[in-house]
Amino acid sequence: MKIKKRMTVEQFSAWFEVMRFAIAIFIAFAISFIIMSFSTNTPLEAIGNLFVGPMTSIRRFSTVLEALIPLTFAGLAVNVMFKANQFNLAAEGALFMGALVAAILAIYMPGPPVLVIIACMIAAGIVGSLVCAIPGILKVKWNCSEMVVSLMLNYVVLYFATYIFNKVARDPDSAYKASYSFREGVQLGNIIPKTRLHAGIFIVAVFVVLTYIFMFKTKWGYKLRVTGSNIHFAKCAGISVAGVIMSSQLIGGFIAGVGGSTEMLGMYSRFQWSSLPGYGFDGVILNILAKENPAYIPVAAFFVAYLRIGADYMYKQSDVASEIVAIIEGLVIILVAATAFLAKYRHKMTTKVSKNLLEAGGAK
Amino acid sequence: MNKKVILKVENIWKVYPNGIVANKNINFEVHEGEIHALIGENGAGKSTLMKILFGIENPEEGKIILNGEEVKIENSKKAISLGIGMVHQHFMLVDSLTIAENIVLGNEPKKFGMFMNKEEMQKRAAECSEKYNFNINVNEKIENVSVGVKQKTEILKALVRGAKILILDEPTAVLTPQETKELFVELNTLKKQGHTIIFISHKLNEIMEICDRVTIMRHGTTVETSFVKDTSPQDISNKMVGREIVLTVEKKPARRGDVCLETENLVYVNNIGKKSLDGVSIKLRKGEILSVAGVEGNGQSELAGILTGMIKPLSGKVIINEKLIEEYEPSVFRSNKLSYIPEDRMTNGCAAKLSILDNMFADKIDQFLYNYIFLDRKKMREKAEHNVEDFNILCGSIQHQVQMLSGGNIQKVVASRELTEEAEIIIAEQPTRGIDAGASELIRKKIVEFRDRGAAILLVSADLNEVLELSDSTIVMHNGKVNAYFQDTSKLTEEELGYYMLGVKKQTEEEVKGIL
Amino acid sequence: MESMIQAVFSTTFLFSVIRVATPLILASMGAVITSNAGITNIGIEGVMLTSALTGVFASAYGFGPWFGFVIAIITGVVCSLAIGYASMSLKADSVLACIAFNTMAVGGTVYFMYAIVKDKGTTIALNSGKLPSIEIPIIKDIPIIGEILSNHNVVSYIAFFMIIVVYVLLYKTPLGLRIRSAGKAPNALSSVGVSLLKIRYIALGISGVLGGMAGAFMSMGYVTWFSKNMTAGRGFIALAADAMGNSTPIGAALSSLLFAVAEALSYSLQVTMIPPELVQMLPYLVTIVGLVAYAAKRSKSEKKRKEKLAEE
Repeated sequence: MKIKKRMTVEQFSAWFEVMRFAIAIFIAFAISFIIMSFSTNTPLEAIGNLFVGPMTSIRRFSTVLEALIPLTFAGLAVNVMFKANQFNLAAEGALFMGALVAAILAIYMPGPPVLVIIACMIAAGIVGSLVCAIPGILKVKWNCSEMVVSLMLNYVVLYFATYIFNKVARDPDSAYKASYSFREGVQLGNIIPKTRLHAGIFIVAVFVVLTYIFMFKTKWGYKLRVTGSNIHFAKCAGISVAGVIMSSQLIGGFIAGVGGSTEMLGMYSRFQWSSLPGYGFDGVILNILAKENPAYIPVAAFFVAYLRIGADYMYKQSDVASEIVAIIEGLVIILVAATAFLAKYRHKMTTKVSKNLLEAGGAK
Repeated sequence: MNKKVILKVENIWKVYPNGIVANKNINFEVHEGEIHALIGENGAGKSTLMKILFGIENPEEGKIILNGEEVKIENSKKAISLGIGMVHQHFMLVDSLTIAENIVLGNEPKKFGMFMNKEEMQKRAAECSEKYNFNINVNEKIENVSVGVKQKTEILKALVRGAKILILDEPTAVLTPQETKELFVELNTLKKQGHTIIFISHKLNEIMEICDRVTIMRHGTTVETSFVKDTSPQDISNKMVGREIVLTVEKKPARRGDVCLETENLVYVNNIGKKSLDGVSIKLRKGEILSVAGVEGNGQSELAGILTGMIKPLSGKVIINEKLIEEYEPSVFRSNKLSYIPEDRMTNGCAAKLSILDNMFADKIDQFLYNYIFLDRKKMREKAEHNVEDFNILCGSIQHQVQMLSGGNIQKVVASRELTEEAEIIIAEQPTRGIDAGASELIRKKIVEFRDRGAAILLVSADLNEVLELSDSTIVMHNGKVNAYFQDTSKLTEEELGYYMLGVKKQTEEEVKGIL
Repeated sequence: MESMIQAVFSTTFLFSVIRVATPLILASMGAVITSNAGITNIGIEGVMLTSALTGVFASAYGFGPWFGFVIAIITGVVCSLAIGYASMSLKADSVLACIAFNTMAVGGTVYFMYAIVKDKGTTIALNSGKLPSIEIPIIKDIPIIGEILSNHNVVSYIAFFMIIVVYVLLYKTPLGLRIRSAGKAPNALSSVGVSLLKIRYIALGISGVLGGMAGAFMSMGYVTWFSKNMTAGRGFIALAADAMGNSTPIGAALSSLLFAVAEALSYSLQVTMIPPELVQMLPYLVTIVGLVAYAAKRSKSEKKRKEKLAEE
């Protein structure tokens, strides 16, 4: 690898991070390719389909964007909680609960559709907050592991929500497990004809911007970052750390809840989820890829959604199961999260860069 | 003397990655079967030297000669196999296991090839305990025993592994006087049985009591080794602190104002049950620098902790500007215009992964907002850049992570945040520990500058030079109590200060009351 | 109400408790070992899942269920060590490494299942066989008790036996002493010259054996095929059982049994008036309540200890 003579250490670090990502992705694909070549005679064609699949039609490309919406919401929700150094995985349950609450209101609430939609989102957000607050309270008050509690809590939410769904919203005439249809007009409209891409993409964009502003431009975000980064320092500087932790869980839950309602009102006309959708873990994955920066979460979500849709296309075109993407995702995450991965190389190069700088300075 | 030299170190050099030279050309010898004291101020390099002997650190240069043969001690395992044992100041014991289990860990007796041989384990531990007259029940769990017994366990741990040379790092720092007495009896027993003991301590009277010889360290090098019976506490103290005092900070006489911080009879019990503050009453006035001197571990950091709301006293009062403090929370103290440079800058002083900029406002973000909630980035940047210039912080950009800076520059970041115009009371705890001379001088100058502006400064320091250079008045703490009070530091010599810090001398209660 | 009581006190109910408890006990024993060594191993979920699949394949294409059982165990060990490699040698955050591994396990098992049997749902088409059930000679003839305790799958007996094995391993062997030290006071271990890394790898390996057995039971005992994501969070429950049982084998086993009772209840109460979802929710809710109760007790005793010290 050739290094420019005048590169500063910081420039090198930034460049190195990008390169590390690229290498991680490359290795993940290479391993997956090897795995694929055992199960298909045309692995090259399969992986080609994986890459170009989403580009083959507007419709397919719009599916990527559709899939990106709930992923981004989950990523943002997890981001706000992670930034406070809380491993709260209840975003999953919050999103599920938010979706159900939105569905119930969309069925029963009278009034102009626009107002109903707004009410759906707010109610879903509040319910989401409540869900994510539980691990937070137990952590702050009794120091229970928020991770274990939230893992269990997700199932509690699943069954509780299913109970509510059966009791309140289930349509007995439906052939499969589904609720009554939402009221006419209580849906996020499609924005591109012949696709299912809905106005939720604008909502999620707003949330990305809001989360970014919250995190980096407001005093709350500032206190949250300080607390998450070093809780002893935050306490010493006079920040109320318990309050910060609690509020970050509430905000994260709110975002997840709104995400659930957006997905529900955008993609469905009745509630029909009967198992956990897995967005909580997806949120964690996105945060690793996005280096916990809310601005990069949509990019990471696009990457993941693109892969998944591409894999679906690949599956339809060839005999390779789309689940290969899970292996790619997992490998990328491990390599990106592995601090020792390429660390030796980095140390060597950093020393070299510093030396170069010194020499360049000396030559002047 | 005709005694056999069991351990000899020659020309040891140790430089830490951050550039601090901890050991410079160390030479010293230990005789077989003696108790050899190693004494020196904090930062004199004693601990580093002992870590080298126990294989925790590796020296850059120098030789270690054991029983006449040169040895390389790469790690603790090697040290143990060479018959060197160490009792750390912080115990390395598993609380949930019994004493016997801790003793045999890593070297467990077995039966049927794979099971623990409990009987053998207990027998081994008990035999060893008996052999050295350690009166302990080896079946007790560590979490249920006193600190003294924990220490005995550590000593046994080393002995069971065949340690002939035992290094004890400030063993009495955590003990009650009674336990200390017991320890000394045991050490004498060990000595009689042929063990060699290296005893690190700050406490002169203890050294006089049980040690045969004493080596004095200062500034990373060994000053002198002498027989204890040929020396005196005064003599040791002088050699420990002896140096040319460099007064680089010029300062005018203090113009003292009203009392702004007051404590009454503060008592604090730490979590191992030791009374680390035992009725401390002080008064701090505006426009003065009051230093709290003392060898570390005599209650100064607990005092600083209470005065910043980090910990809560068991009893006693803190009064700031005539208001009684009722809630011990850092935010309460800070809202009384008190700021704090903490001792441990990486834990309490900064968030290493955040930028320099972000680190400068953690205590006062509310002053850098517009529309009540949004960060005023421009104002923050200006302030941060001003701080960088004012404190001469060497960094590429204020956006860099704090962890990329050197220790001295990190400390400048902390100081620049805490030394702000609004601060009326500044608690500075070891503000120049472990940083380079340039940064130290700058921070010291700044502290004087703030005094001249009328701020009250409580300087907690174990560095005699710093105390003598900066403070207007000085109190000395010893064993959780105020041992001495000097209204005018300039009339104080370092020898005198040393005597009080090491407990060689003690003022009467009347004299100490001068502070009130 | 009557039907509920009948359901609970029937021998089939208690029989099914043992059946349901089997994978939980095995997995929670794995969690106990790793948490004693100071590792939060949520990867045990993925370990179980992967082993369940390899077990089925090894059985169907190899030499029957017992061969599958062995391969499942080997798979468990390999997966566990891989997690260890990522978190300890590559220094990835251990929870993140586990989440990544679980993601790979959920997707990867489906991928290989499809690659081999061309079905994304189950391997039902494969005649992979079942580990045998065992009748216990004398006990089987005792009324009621025989009905409950006899004729279980061999792995169920192994699971209960493993509680003893793990107990002995942790508290009666030198290795157990070192594992417990690795979790409680890593520096104590290094101070006597024992490699922390080595002990943690060994602990992960053992948890892999247990996770592998749990997986094998899922696909060759509980049912006789592999199906997509068939572990359904049992690994997480095992982790919670470990936390609730304060990382002791007996405590974790009891917590697993409690969970199994709740789960079995949710099957047998489905015929009653009580909404099945609420019954299904019960085990998870019980776990949270248990965790809180335990944590509250701990923080209270901690406070007491401090007060006592202060008084002295």
